[in-house]
Amino acid sequence: MTTKLFGEPVRRREDARLITGKGRYLDDIGHRALAAAFVRSPHAHARIVDIDVEPALDVEGLVAIYTYEDLTGPLAEPLPVLIPHPQLTAPRTGYPLANGEVNHVGEPIVMVVATDRYLAEDAAERIVVTYEELPVVVGVDAARAAEHTVHEEIPDNVAARHHQETGDVEPALASAPHTLSFTQYIERSACTPMEGKGVHARWDADDSSLRVYTSTQASTSVRAAIAAKLELSLDAVEVIAPDVGGGFGVKIVHPWPEELLVPMAAIALGQEVKWAEDRREHFISSAHERQQRQEVTVGYDDDGRITALDVHIWHDNGAYTPYGIIVPIITATQLVGPYAIPVYRVVVESVYTNTVIVTPYRGAGRPQGCYAMERTMDRIADALGLDRALVRERNLIQPDQFPYDHRLTFQDGRPVIYDSGDYPGLLDKLRTLVGWEQAETLRADAEARGRLLGVGMALYVEGTGPGPYEGGHVQVLGSGKVLVSTGLTSQGQGHETAFAQIVASELGVPIEDVEVTTGDTRRFGYAVGTFASRAAVMSGNAIALAARGVREKALRIAADVLEADPGDLEIEEGVVQVKGTPGASIPLRTVAVLSNPLRYAFDEAAKQATQFAGPGDDSKPPVAEGDAPGLEHRDYYSPIRSTFASGAHAAIVEIDPTTWEIDVVKYAVVHDCGNVVNPMIVEGQVHGGVAQGIGGALYERMAYDDSGQLQNASFMDFLMPYASEIPDVVIDHQQTPSPLNPLGLKGAGEAGVIPGTAAIASAIEDATGRRIASMPISPTELYDLMRSPDSEQTAAAARRARTGVSA
Amino acid sequence: MKPAPFRYADPRSLEEALELLATEEGAKVLAGGQSLLPLLSMRLAAPATLVDINKVPGLDAVDVTGDGVRVGALVRHATLLHDAAAARVQPLLTRATANVAHPAIRNRGTTVGSIAHADPSGEMTSVLALTGGSVTVATPGGVETVPWDELFVGPLETSLSGPALVTSAFFPALPARSGTAFAEVARRKGDYAVCGAGVVVTLDESRRVSAARAAYISVGLVPEVHDLSDAVAGQPVEEADWAAAGELARTLVDPDGDIHASADYRRLLVGVLTERTLAEAAGGIA
Repeated sequence: MTTKLFGEPVRRREDARLITGKGRYLDDIGHRALAAAFVRSPHAHARIVDIDVEPALDVEGLVAIYTYEDLTGPLAEPLPVLIPHPQLTAPRTGYPLANGEVNHVGEPIVMVVATDRYLAEDAAERIVVTYEELPVVVGVDAARAAEHTVHEEIPDNVAARHHQETGDVEPALASAPHTLSFTQYIERSACTPMEGKGVHARWDADDSSLRVYTSTQASTSVRAAIAAKLELSLDAVEVIAPDVGGGFGVKIVHPWPEELLVPMAAIALGQEVKWAEDRREHFISSAHERQQRQEVTVGYDDDGRITALDVHIWHDNGAYTPYGIIVPIITATQLVGPYAIPVYRVVVESVYTNTVIVTPYRGAGRPQGCYAMERTMDRIADALGLDRALVRERNLIQPDQFPYDHRLTFQDGRPVIYDSGDYPGLLDKLRTLVGWEQAETLRADAEARGRLLGVGMALYVEGTGPGPYEGGHVQVLGSGKVLVSTGLTSQGQGHETAFAQIVASELGVPIEDVEVTTGDTRRFGYAVGTFASRAAVMSGNAIALAARGVREKALRIAADVLEADPGDLEIEEGVVQVKGTPGASIPLRTVAVLSNPLRYAFDEAAKQATQFAGPGDDSKPPVAEGDAPGLEHRDYYSPIRSTFASGAHAAIVEIDPTTWEIDVVKYAVVHDCGNVVNPMIVEGQVHGGVAQGIGGALYERMAYDDSGQLQNASFMDFLMPYASEIPDVVIDHQQTPSPLNPLGLKGAGEAGVIPGTAAIASAIEDATGRRIASMPISPTELYDLMRSPDSEQTAAAARRARTGVSA
Repeated sequence: MKPAPFRYADPRSLEEALELLATEEGAKVLAGGQSLLPLLSMRLAAPATLVDINKVPGLDAVDVTGDGVRVGALVRHATLLHDAAAARVQPLLTRATANVAHPAIRNRGTTVGSIAHADPSGEMTSVLALTGGSVTVATPGGVETVPWDELFVGPLETSLSGPALVTSAFFPALPARSGTAFAEVARRKGDYAVCGAGVVVTLDESRRVSAARAAYISVGLVPEVHDLSDAVAGQPVEEADWAAAGELARTLVDPDGDIHASADYRRLLVGVLTERTLAEAAGGIA
């Protein structure tokens, strides 16, 4: 493999287009399309008594109104449970349009189609839905108490009891030299991509075919869902993810009701129909994540080494479970992080509430798991009076213990076996990077300025690149262009650049000649999707294998022409040449022409491949048996199991003890995602993730009131941090290549967000000396905590007070 | 998030604007649109007609005299922010305007529009109050001056009714031997303040505090000016007990709680910001 571009910080080739307004997002498509708008439930839990569409009928421009009564066949059935699991004993999903009952504010009830979105909203506003309100369940504690039910036939509100254990935890705890227990909470946030969801559908009646554009993370699977639900042949449906303005997980859920209803209307009306989600709709009717109540009991010895860990979590899954129990599984299995836990038991009860569904949001259960584990480390250190870094260090899996088997089952149904890593290396680098040993000096300096300073750290291991597979197709054209496609979608991660780097390096062609297409089922029909930090690992490796296939064929054809052994050939800058023999060469584009024997010439290049162009071997057919015309190859990568990336973050916070404002003044990241295709892209991913982590720790929360109304369904009140709230992020790298895949890659997409809540909670606790057991935390909450007689002082703060160093 | 249907008119004179406001039922004035357009898009407001005054001549001037600063109805926050003459006569204008949202909003939003909108989370309503200002209102019957304490009735509610257009706001000059300061605590830079404070401190000729007044942002339903002089009057400026003034302020306000801040937290901030801004204002008195 030439390594000229693999591993280089190549500038993102898609950026010029995207940042100068030349992107083609969903709402840029179909300017003449009819527009859909939805009547959505204003109640968190209600029976629908009546829907009166009459007042809307005289709205000028109204084209059609659909309610549940208009749905037929599979469309009238509940939406699919995408990922069934034996422990998901009471799955529930909604209908594309509500069937008699609504279970969260924002659930779609009526679809209106009009000549434009303004008119569609005018009509929607006039439709009168009569409700009989039902008792509302909001929050894990209310769900757990089960005074009221979300779904009448599920009296305990429990969708699933996910349970894993690696040994007999109770005797292990009983014999532990020390134990401690605590309960903590983490709140809801959400992906909030810059572009909401959106669907455009066009039915070609003459051709009986449907083309759907959707802002999705899984176009091939949306295609299959549409075909199944609308009872169309798969070959009559094509689904394209155009430029997608961010996903972060919410767009991996599918089919969204709108992904079925908009095509349904396009077919019924014989016209293009489009729906572009607005921000309010996105807040109240897409997906959230992260609310959990966590009860932890840990046994440990005098050195702080964990001997047993018992965790019981209540996980708020919202009103329905279309994405199964993936988030609970990830919390349960990734909680153990980089640590060797001799005996571990975890139970996650996934409970229903009358709120928006909970599905993966970048990190997807890992931030919660990391919060549980890392805060456990902090508590052990505090109880024993040990350095928090030292306690972590003593529990780390050692570099010679890989592959390390946690004896757990991961989200892909495969064992949690860590493939490679160097966790002590991460911790050492982090201590240096953040200045861990200088914390007391910094604290004293800050105190002189009237500020409370604290430092916290958190480590994580992230299972990335889960299967089942992805594919790649590479084709060299007679023009020298190299077309690359994969079915996996892009949401702005820089796939065009990273995949082009891989092909340029594998094939030996200039990157400028490589064109990459993602997420277009016309180009590649088999794919899983973009989630779980898997694009580089899965499609990256599949594309590399496809490029290797092309290379092998190119060398074989060129060897014939150059009368050389394929092993003596190399490809550099798009030219195949005999190593060490200047002049003995043939351009790859010519090889591409020759790979396709022609009868008809239509340009100068094609003439070379026509039947009278030169002497042929009359004893063989023009296309050899077992061979195929064209210089192209399709290949797939299917991993035995996930690969495990890792990292360590530390935050330094300063708190103003008069206003209780919290500033993150330094944020340090040590990051290990194995071999790196493009370090600039990886750093960008880490920066974005850290910003979301800080958002989740200090700013963002979905503020539901007791009646299930989301009180901050806008960016004015949902406090996604601005750049002004995010400190400079300092990054150090470590590379432990994955032995599981040809390129040695591990995923990097989600890493940055995972430890934010844990590290910042630890830092605030260190600064204030008060136990932080509920995140996120805002200045007003910190003020309440500091003056509450019930708030717990940390032992470290008490020790500091005794030695004269103030908390 | 698309507005309900409305008629749109863009008059070319004040008379025409008033005529439209008088004849079009449910007409609403559009100036910078930074508050109105989101309300329309959320369908929280659905006026039958928007009277866009951006093409009305004569409303875009900042007139500065020794008496004070008159700000026309089409003056953008950004223009006022960068007006050096206005800043010399009434420094509070620049200090407060710098806290109005983000540059994009300041470039478009108008100071007078913000006052007419009467949002207690907006900076300029309290600045009008603290400076003892007034607005000039044009009606078909003539022009009248409405002092600030007769203007604000409730959140998003003024005493103006019928066809009326606020053509300017007048901010009196900072009195002699006075200093002023403004500060906010916001969750994110540029957000509506969780709490904001503007203060004016006036000294007597022997540099003792003669008066200290404050007005707050996001505290209370309408702007109020609180006299804090009792806590500090007669004290030499270098030794004034600003903390006592902050304590006094805490007892005078009646904030509400919301998802961003409890009432108690706002009260805490009133004290802290009062103390800080008073000290800063006093320090700036030549």
